Amino acid sequence: MAQNIWVFCEQRDGEIQSVALELLGVAKELATKTGEKVGAILLGHKIKDKAQDLIAYGADEVHVVDDKELACFLTEPYAQATAQLAKQYQPSVILFGATSIGRDLAPRLSARLKTGLTADCTKLENDENGNLFMTRPAFGGNLFATIICPDHRPQMSTVRPGVMKKCEPDYNRKGEVVEEKIEWDKSKFGVTVIEEIKNDDSCDIDGKIEDAKILVSCGRGVKDVAPAKELACKVKGAVAASRALVDVGVMDHSRQVGQTGKTVRPQAYLAFGISGAIQHLAGMEESEFIVAVNTDKSAPIFKVANLGIVADAAAVIKNLNKLL
Amino acid sequence: MADYKKALFAQMIKDFAETEVKPLAQDVDEQERFPVETVEKMAKLGLFGIVVPKQYGGAGGNYDMYISAVEELSKHCATTGVILSAHTSLCAAPILEYGTEAQKQKYLPDLATGKKIGAFGLTEPNAGTDASNQQTVAVETEDCYVLNGSKIFITNAGYAQTYIIIAVTGKGPKGPEMTAFIVESAFEGFSVGKKEKKMGIRGSSTCELIFENVKVPKENMLGKRGEGFKIAMKTLDGGRIGIAAQALGIAEGALDATVAYVKSRKQFGRPISAFQNTQFVLADLATKIAAAKGLVYVAANAKQNKLPTLSVNAAQAKLFAAETAMEVTTKCVQLHGGYGYTREYPVERMMRDAKITEIYEGTSEVQRMVISGALLKK
Amino acid sequence: MKIIVCVKQVPNTTEIKIDPVTNTLKRDGVPSIINPDDKTAIDVALQLKEKHGAQVCVLSMGPAQAENALREALAMGADEAYLLTDRAFAGSDTLATSTIIAAAIKKLGADVVLCGRQAIDGDTAQVGPQIAEHLGVPQITYAAAIDYDEESQALIVKRQFEDRVQTLQVKGKCLITVLSTLCKPRYMNVWDIVNQDEKEVGKITFADIEVNPADIGLKGSPTKVKSTATKQFDKTIETLELDAESAAKAIVDALKQRHLI
Repeated sequence: MAQNIWVFCEQRDGEIQSVALELLGVAKELATKTGEKVGAILLGHKIKDKAQDLIAYGADEVHVVDDKELACFLTEPYAQATAQLAKQYQPSVILFGATSIGRDLAPRLSARLKTGLTADCTKLENDENGNLFMTRPAFGGNLFATIICPDHRPQMSTVRPGVMKKCEPDYNRKGEVVEEKIEWDKSKFGVTVIEEIKNDDSCDIDGKIEDAKILVSCGRGVKDVAPAKELACKVKGAVAASRALVDVGVMDHSRQVGQTGKTVRPQAYLAFGISGAIQHLAGMEESEFIVAVNTDKSAPIFKVANLGIVADAAAVIKNLNKLL
Repeated sequence: MADYKKALFAQMIKDFAETEVKPLAQDVDEQERFPVETVEKMAKLGLFGIVVPKQYGGAGGNYDMYISAVEELSKHCATTGVILSAHTSLCAAPILEYGTEAQKQKYLPDLATGKKIGAFGLTEPNAGTDASNQQTVAVETEDCYVLNGSKIFITNAGYAQTYIIIAVTGKGPKGPEMTAFIVESAFEGFSVGKKEKKMGIRGSSTCELIFENVKVPKENMLGKRGEGFKIAMKTLDGGRIGIAAQALGIAEGALDATVAYVKSRKQFGRPISAFQNTQFVLADLATKIAAAKGLVYVAANAKQNKLPTLSVNAAQAKLFAAETAMEVTTKCVQLHGGYGYTREYPVERMMRDAKITEIYEGTSEVQRMVISGALLKK
Repeated sequence: MKIIVCVKQVPNTTEIKIDPVTNTLKRDGVPSIINPDDKTAIDVALQLKEKHGAQVCVLSMGPAQAENALREALAMGADEAYLLTDRAFAGSDTLATSTIIAAAIKKLGADVVLCGRQAIDGDTAQVGPQIAEHLGVPQITYAAAIDYDEESQALIVKRQFEDRVQTLQVKGKCLITVLSTLCKPRYMNVWDIVNQDEKEVGKITFADIEVNPADIGLKGSPTKVKSTATKQFDKTIETLELDAESAAKAIVDALKQRHLI
């Protein structure tokens, strides 16, 4: 009978990804309920020494495949390795991070193992019999569905990064490290890597405001925009402005949000010293999360803000730069 | 035309107008700039050849589609709407209707794909509403007609390569004998003169055309010699439906913008849409727009099916749609209050744009003449 | 080269509203669209056709009205369209869906299968890789650029990760899922709208494909929906009066909570 809760522990360049540790945390909770063990799969090249970390974060056994075929992530070698281990050990659950790696590998594997997969879970619970209840958002987050996989094992799920809590690491924890060997079928690999380039991490505060994930937007209440630019850089966002700052020439028109400027819909819109004239609101009220900082308690911007703070914008920016 | 095709077309043109045309409208107006980039995009989508049959490189669509394209584009930018209208109704359509097979094969494919833009020249400094008072002359020689004179207020001038030009070729029984010609901008002696600075549709290119001994090959005569006035009047019947659609689009665009505005603008602690004055004004405007829309598509149907009522249908559509556009935009500016008078909001531009629809391709007075003339002739 | 593009018709989720009284989704009158990532995939296929010559076939599984999405694809310039529709397919989860679509692709034959990365109504991103597994062909997901090298007869694909980009080469049959950021999909064009009659939408039913009935529909779906709930809106708009330091902390907390920093 299938048992034990497994976590596919994603590493990149030998660095264990935070989501893997978060998954070990939730796997431990699930395993405690059923009395199962937490298993970790660690695939890569020259990564053996990371197994201890996984034990510290909650793994009882770590299955390591250290092989040059796994040096960079490619679907087929990773799928072959994971499938072989899953078939050999028959885990009841395999969890993946819902990253661009987990979301590539997990569905391929689910089809190979002929089992169900639930994507992008934000909540995982189980019962004493080991049935997993996987809750995920749907319809752009308007709806939540709880999914079960009653008759197939392993139960598979990808889980959003940042949702689950890691345990406090305990380096005295004991666990077993098993080095595994994989029988490769290289005829199936098909894809070769020509090159792999890491993203340039430098910030692009002058990037198009329509494309930015976070916008640091300034209005009349911000006299000096330099600290705002610094903040935009720190949060990997871009700077924007209300018409007031564009008209006086402090910001370029291409950065203007509102009726006569651009309409933006970032994941977070941080409005500093913007009162929120209707023309401005028209350009940003669809933002997913709006933070407004203004000294005027009755400023209309507070009507659309998810988080409104009555404070001096410049001072708050200064403190944010200190914190980040 | 199957309903699903109409639905696909409506979806495409709406999407295109909102995504590609709307964002440029203000700039096109302020810079008095012909939107070349939009014209290129329209060409790729086949919008310049909607009604041109397949064998001439067009899509072989119907007049409804073309008219709805002008309407939808004009909701956001009346300049863009009239570029399409002048090209299709005033140049491609008369070639299609009166051209020889050779002329159709030579000129329609490039017009249909938008590789070349079309225009039409009738108006002269002394021949506006009195269109028969033409001064431009075409003198027949052994191998061609030699064109001399000038035209004014020519839409698409400078950007068009293919022009339908009306000129005097002699004396007829009831006045000058007029003939239509297909004139290429590349013909020697053809030049574009002064560009008009206009109140509205400021991105539309409106210029003078000058002909100095332009040699027009005989095979470029459109229709028969002496049919020029008839061709011009019939062409304008079609063109008026395009302008009526433009006016309709302007009115709809202004109403859409105003509905959004009155819901968000607050005065005396509530949105101005909560006031009965606003509600009643909007109701009246929406009703007039609906009536105008009915007339426009009745006329489009008359054109598609070559109905004898076309002249009157087109005149009524243009008269009513143009006057509706003027009324709607004026009242929409009023509902916007002070903001409506600024360039911050599009209704200011729309009100300026609306005015031309009461003037060009026959003033409202001319439309009344056409309508009453038909009534009293019975 | 024959390219099959898998497309899904989805409700335009940006227009889905929550009924504030019943707290349920208001789906009535929400227009259906081609899933955005899939629409980009159609464009990519058409680009490959224009540059290198290809036959572009679009395939969708869904109810009869999904034909509209296929008609739209034809109006963009696709050569052929097929709708997989049958009551036996109803209730399929991603695995069962991928089984059905893979069977149809086997029947139609394809060198390259293109899918969108994920659909906006489900956001699972699973069906593409699962089809690839059933077909036994390599997959490349999250494609940010696709080109064909005529000399080596290989597709060169830029594969996007959160922190890096791989340039990958694949020869022979394969399945690629594309990101909508790859390109802005073209509009439909008037020629292909008006002249659609020449291209009929083919229907493919259960009887036309080779699948085990136990592997499809509700009974062929390992996952089941146990319950659904609508999002409880955290509508409470907070306006706090704070000193600058606590304000900064509150903002950082809020952004962290949403995984934005």
